[in-house]
Amino acid sequence: MSDPIRFMYKGAVHSVNESAPTQTILQHLREDLHCTGTKEGCAEGDCGACTVVVAELQGGEVQMKAVNACIQFLPTLDGKALFTVEDLQQPDGGLHPVQQALVDCHGSQCGFCTPGIAMSLWGLYLKQQTCGTTPCRRDINDALSGNLCRCTGYRPIIEAAARMGEFDAPEFDRAGLLASLAPLQRDAMFIYAAGESRFYAPRTLSQLLEIRADLPEARLLAGSTDVGLWVTKQMRILGDIIYLGAVPELRAITERDDMLEIGAGVTLTDAFDALCRHYGPELDEMRQRFASLPIRNAGTLGGNVANGSPIGDSMPWLIALGSQVVLHGARGRRVLALEDFYLDYQKKDLHADEIVESVRVPLPLAGRQFRTYKLAKRFDQDISAVCAAFCIELDTDVVRDVRIAFGGMAAIPKRAARAEAVLRGAIWSEAVLRQAKDALAEDYAPLSDMRASSAYRMQAAQNLLHRFWLETRPEHAMPAVLVNAFAWQ
Amino acid sequence: MNQPTEARLLAESDIMWAEVGQSRPHESAQLHVLGTANYVDDIREVQGTLHAALGLSQKAHAKIRAIDLEAVRNSPGVVAVCTAADIPGANDCGPIIHDDPILADGLVQYVGQPMFIVVADSHDNARRAARKAVVDYEELPALLTPQQARDANSFVLPPMQLRRGQFEQAYAAAPHKLQGKLAVGGQEQFYLEGQISYAIPKEDGGMLVLCSTQHPTEMQHTVAHALDLLSHKVQVECRRMGGGFGGKETQSALWAGAAAIAANYVKGPVKLRADRDDDMMVTGKRHCFWYEYEAGYDDEGRILAAKVEMLTRAGFSADLSGPVATRAVCHFDNAYYLSDVDIVAMCARTNTQSNTAFRGFGGPQGAIAIEYIIDEIARNLGRDALDVRKANFYGRDPDGARNTTPYGQPVKDNVIHELVAQLESDSSYRARRAAAREFNAMSPVLKKGIALTPVKFGVAFNTVHQNQAGALVHVYVDGSVLVNHGGTEMGQGVNTKVAQVVAQQLGVDLSLVQVSATDTAKIANTSPTAASTGADLNGKAAQDAARQICERLAQMVAKEYGADPADVQFRNNHVHVGGRALPFKQVVAKAYLARVQLWSDGFYATPNLCWDSKTMTGTPFSYFAYGAAVSEVIVDTLTGEWKLLRADALYDAGNSLNPAIDKGQVEGAFIQGMGWLTTEELWWNQMGKLMTHAPSTYKIPAVSDCPEDFRVSLYKNANVTDSIHRSKAVGEPPLLLPFSVFFAIRDAVASVGDYRVNPPLQAPATYEAIFNAVTAVSEG
Repeated sequence: MSDPIRFMYKGAVHSVNESAPTQTILQHLREDLHCTGTKEGCAEGDCGACTVVVAELQGGEVQMKAVNACIQFLPTLDGKALFTVEDLQQPDGGLHPVQQALVDCHGSQCGFCTPGIAMSLWGLYLKQQTCGTTPCRRDINDALSGNLCRCTGYRPIIEAAARMGEFDAPEFDRAGLLASLAPLQRDAMFIYAAGESRFYAPRTLSQLLEIRADLPEARLLAGSTDVGLWVTKQMRILGDIIYLGAVPELRAITERDDMLEIGAGVTLTDAFDALCRHYGPELDEMRQRFASLPIRNAGTLGGNVANGSPIGDSMPWLIALGSQVVLHGARGRRVLALEDFYLDYQKKDLHADEIVESVRVPLPLAGRQFRTYKLAKRFDQDISAVCAAFCIELDTDVVRDVRIAFGGMAAIPKRAARAEAVLRGAIWSEAVLRQAKDALAEDYAPLSDMRASSAYRMQAAQNLLHRFWLETRPEHAMPAVLVNAFAWQ
Repeated sequence: MNQPTEARLLAESDIMWAEVGQSRPHESAQLHVLGTANYVDDIREVQGTLHAALGLSQKAHAKIRAIDLEAVRNSPGVVAVCTAADIPGANDCGPIIHDDPILADGLVQYVGQPMFIVVADSHDNARRAARKAVVDYEELPALLTPQQARDANSFVLPPMQLRRGQFEQAYAAAPHKLQGKLAVGGQEQFYLEGQISYAIPKEDGGMLVLCSTQHPTEMQHTVAHALDLLSHKVQVECRRMGGGFGGKETQSALWAGAAAIAANYVKGPVKLRADRDDDMMVTGKRHCFWYEYEAGYDDEGRILAAKVEMLTRAGFSADLSGPVATRAVCHFDNAYYLSDVDIVAMCARTNTQSNTAFRGFGGPQGAIAIEYIIDEIARNLGRDALDVRKANFYGRDPDGARNTTPYGQPVKDNVIHELVAQLESDSSYRARRAAAREFNAMSPVLKKGIALTPVKFGVAFNTVHQNQAGALVHVYVDGSVLVNHGGTEMGQGVNTKVAQVVAQQLGVDLSLVQVSATDTAKIANTSPTAASTGADLNGKAAQDAARQICERLAQMVAKEYGADPADVQFRNNHVHVGGRALPFKQVVAKAYLARVQLWSDGFYATPNLCWDSKTMTGTPFSYFAYGAAVSEVIVDTLTGEWKLLRADALYDAGNSLNPAIDKGQVEGAFIQGMGWLTTEELWWNQMGKLMTHAPSTYKIPAVSDCPEDFRVSLYKNANVTDSIHRSKAVGEPPLLLPFSVFFAIRDAVASVGDYRVNPPLQAPATYEAIFNAVTAVSEG
């Protein structure tokens, strides 16, 4: 039994029966449909040449998001709509404002990244049309954070983004799209089979747990921003896949008991929207620097946590904030402190029948100060060499409690137990800071690799603690703009 | 009679009309934004097309005792596997020295070297199969760094040396001396479109290769030699590239050769498209350099003696390392007169990718060394580095003293004094430098730095014979024009500029001029589109072709209207003769009926070039392009993180053919060069495997790296040399402008030591490198 993959494409329902479940949207576009406007630059979601916009129904509304077609598997499009650069041209044959602005501002040179850039800008244009605002440089950087251009140096593309609003285009027909998407929504689990593997997209949490228990070997898939690369880069055969993206319970964000519960299927974009309502100043830079917009639009906070990479960018600050992870399996729910979830490199306290259901993040507490810092080679879309997070509660100048966690410093995201012990109950002074910095050297023994040397990781980690002290010391605390070059405008 | 109308047009055109010098969009801009610009992989495949992938070496240096390809052959969809034994002709893609096999034959010399080709029914199946070979390697000692190679006396070429004056005596007599070392990393081209070749067998043993390449002729030669064919059986075509940056000058040959070998083997069309990781593992990059230098100078900071030994990582084969090193030697002077110099360059043979051309082609690597020295002189003397730079500039008077380069070419077009003065003033350099120092005195963690650096860049191929180009211009009876030339379009706008030149010459609207794909069947024996010469050479060749057509048309109309052919003018879509303006289209139609040839070839060879590679002297360059930039940064001394706050650049494009395109080249080169010197780090592990082989690990600049305040202008100037419309090249020279970023960072770091210590900052100035420099300065 296999359902066809059905999605809206070029204004009609497009059905696919034959493609392998791990065929990417990009491969389907280029190889099967001979629709070659969308390009492959890296096949790992890092260059943006393949950027497309995917629309889906969520909470009765159409959500449109730019994603990387090169790492999204085709069956994940079921029930959605796919827009590519070929869709931008106006009905009268004219260029879309996004395209016209790129031409007028000389925004293309070799042109290979241009379709992807046009789609990222279209995503921004749609948002702008809805909000009626003109994008600022920060909005533009966000929209283009996943698009590499090697020719222009970006200046004319940024100008095009700022000017595209000067050109009129007919309002995008969301109502029409909603009407055409509605009949594609399924009540029953979507099961797509081709070749030897199957793709299951359960519709409820109980369906998900059931199929998970039945198929403990199956690969769980949410945003595909890491698993996609297992196929495109490592050429792995994934076998059966269980897709979490169509389970409404997992896509919920709820606020209660002084915490924010974020379902495992919530995209990073949505998760950060919710988190930054509470931790705006503290998480703002992390939000900008967490992968790129198309990756945040696809990837999930739950996926980042469940993946448990030692260089994942959410765990250090989630741990520092005292977050919990909710696991759900055949025998019910378990709630763990997030740091207890990680046992060893790529080893987690997760049973075969369990899934990560949600992450519970404590809301801000009066008197608690929190910061997180990311060190990578580049501001946009890079993997951390070191990711640091600090949470401290002070009684005047005495440390009542402190939580410190680092990524990139050990085989797992890990708390700095010794440094915390030095600080707890001590005076938050430069002398104690020095001891805590020394203790970090006992907490961690980082590796040397292409991102950073062991020595730099350690010294920078110590200095990030130093930066935290400068920002939070009882006297003469310094604002970010004096201790962080990226806060400088 | 419609003469009054024509007379009116004539009057208007005198004021309004000139195609050259106008900012026009890139000829493919509309296609780019629509997604309809075709790159090789977008071309509809011929029925039966198969897909190839390469099997790569896992060892840096090893004999291949045995290679078991059974699992590869049995992998799903596999049609054939080719090894070196299946190459009918020469197994070689080395451009100058034939030390570069297409497929390793018994010996692998770097991790990533192709050993075999898998041909399968899909790209995916070919890639999957290529990983399944079982190779029995007998490992040999590998030289993984240039220093190891030097110590083992392993070079791809003999060392080269350029000496002028008496370095030793001048150094000994100099009142101040310094010496030091500097490491500058390499750079991956990271063209967005990876290497690709699509080979389609033709009748009679011929081969058509659609290839993303800057050098179709060399691809033709490689394929012909590999298949043991004469060149006339091989046709190579390139409509456009998704970026080249030098990476598709020689290094597209391996892919063209392998695709053709496979297509020949299966007797059917084969496409070879490199996956990004394979591309980065296989192909060469910008050479990294290691310098040891000594300089003597006076109280003003004027250099009296300079000596530099440059050691570069050539990789396992010579490729273009010789010409790259030659250019590095010829650019060591940058904008400065060096009376007594001793420059040595050595190309180390290492068991890594064979390094190759990359925008600037050794020029940036040569010039950064002297800038580093000047930066140190200034700090040692406690002077503003700009003043020391000015003290060392080539002389103002073209016939005066201090005007000959170390290789003996006089500098006749020097505008660096005026250009730098203009930038210094426009950018408020002095005030901002003072402000940065004030800020630093008050700011314990964040430090500002500012630097102004100049560029002088010699334009022409160092290899004299390459300075030639051909073009074909067709005028059809409907008045439309088709241009074909030997240059290739990689985004730099050469087609747009050549079309503008032809439109200007014929006096027609740009919309009437179409430029077609570069094709070895149209223009023979082309030079690579490289060395910033694309528009210079091909513009002149196309102009020559168009001029011949104009001359024939002028003859015809002059005869008809009793005028002198020399007085006939082509403007505003009209041919102007004896006070009349005849529509171009009408003249063309008439010429066809009169059996006048409406198409022409054109040719250009840059005059007055000479080069003696033994003494390293001559006139290698047609002219010099100039520029300068000011950058201001803020550096976090706790982590080494930094941000570019503002950049101002002024560039001498001569009489710019297309200011919008030229400005785009300057901006793009600036950010690309900044990437080279900051975020882009190539990192090999202890086994010699490049670990930064994808954009996840190799970080070219992204959108946030473009400064919010970025002011790029073109300097008003006309080329002294008779270049195409007195314009100047713009491809490579601006890549040196972001030296200002590197030295601004160094300035900020120096503030930690109160500007008394020279920060040992290495390039790329990653956060870690900056942090290490801060640490070194704070420890004194």
